[in-house]
Amino acid sequence: MKLLLQISILFGICWLGEAAASLLPLPIPASVIGMLLLFLLLLLLRGTKPVEELTGFLLKNMAFFFVPAGVGILGQSEVLRKNLLPLLTICVLTTLITFLVTAYTVRGVQYLQGRFAARKEAR
Amino acid sequence: MDTLFRSPLFGIMLSILAYGLGVLINRKTRCAAANPLLIAILLVIGVLVAFRIPLESYQRGGDFIALFLAPATASLAVSIYRQLPLLKKNLLPVLAGCGTGSLASMGSVWLLCRLFRLDEALTASLLPKSVTTPIAIEIASQYGGIPSITVAIVVLTGILGAAAAPALIRLFRIRNPVEAGLAIGTCSHAVGTSKALELGEAEGAMSSIAIGVSGLLTVLFAMIIG
Repeated sequence: MKLLLQISILFGICWLGEAAASLLPLPIPASVIGMLLLFLLLLLLRGTKPVEELTGFLLKNMAFFFVPAGVGILGQSEVLRKNLLPLLTICVLTTLITFLVTAYTVRGVQYLQGRFAARKEAR
Repeated sequence: MDTLFRSPLFGIMLSILAYGLGVLINRKTRCAAANPLLIAILLVIGVLVAFRIPLESYQRGGDFIALFLAPATASLAVSIYRQLPLLKKNLLPVLAGCGTGSLASMGSVWLLCRLFRLDEALTASLLPKSVTTPIAIEIASQYGGIPSITVAIVVLTGILGAAAAPALIRLFRIRNPVEAGLAIGTCSHAVGTSKALELGEAEGAMSSIAIGVSGLLTVLFAMIIG
């Protein structure tokens, strides 16, 4: 019964997310709205008890639920074959760029924060 | 025989077995490139091709599994909620890092797609490649991308990031765990996070925060730019 209850809560939130996504004028993915709604619920209830086991299971095995989506590329073999080199190049380069930009931004912000704090203390 | 393969149970069973094997192989080889999801996808594709089973037959089971994607995404709220104290402490670096990282990701993808003259559908499929798969799929489809290509690229990105992380950290002398974790999570989402967790608890925590924050910011940026 407990699992069924958790499923109804989580699926209920996702359903609300879908409803909100269709009603809102902004193109926000339904799953993101669902995530925000659940977050709000957790804040309200101050805990994760009502969905703990189910979300734990989903998070731990998250990759599994993408197997069908990945298998779908079978229907795209043409596109992939034609663009294999560009796709691989883009993948490698952009991942590297993203990693570095994030790292250096964080470094920069933390440095600035440190200097700001030091100046405050000096006063 | 065909009707057997058209049963949803077949698709479900095949997926679970393939993924189980993937996890097993990953554990035995302890190699970041031996990603369970990648192995599972390849195994299923292998079976379908070898036995000439039409994709649609498999999808009957696959669609049932895909039903759990939205709840799985929503579950990310739980991991963010659990990291709330750490998030509050590092709010500015997190927002700045994930923000610029997401922009850099989309920007570089867009530029390179232009360079290689890839069409709009392909570009839309690649744009959200650094974001966690459920969100990436929705962003891609909303802008005319092809979900299955997005999944392939996202998984590849994750594996690349996870595999390259230790080397990158050494090469660019990233000694700060917050910096390392956020960088890993922003560029290679959940797959990268599993690597980050191996490197340290702080790295792992920051990486999972990055998944949520980058995901949200990417949605936001896509809306503004889109």
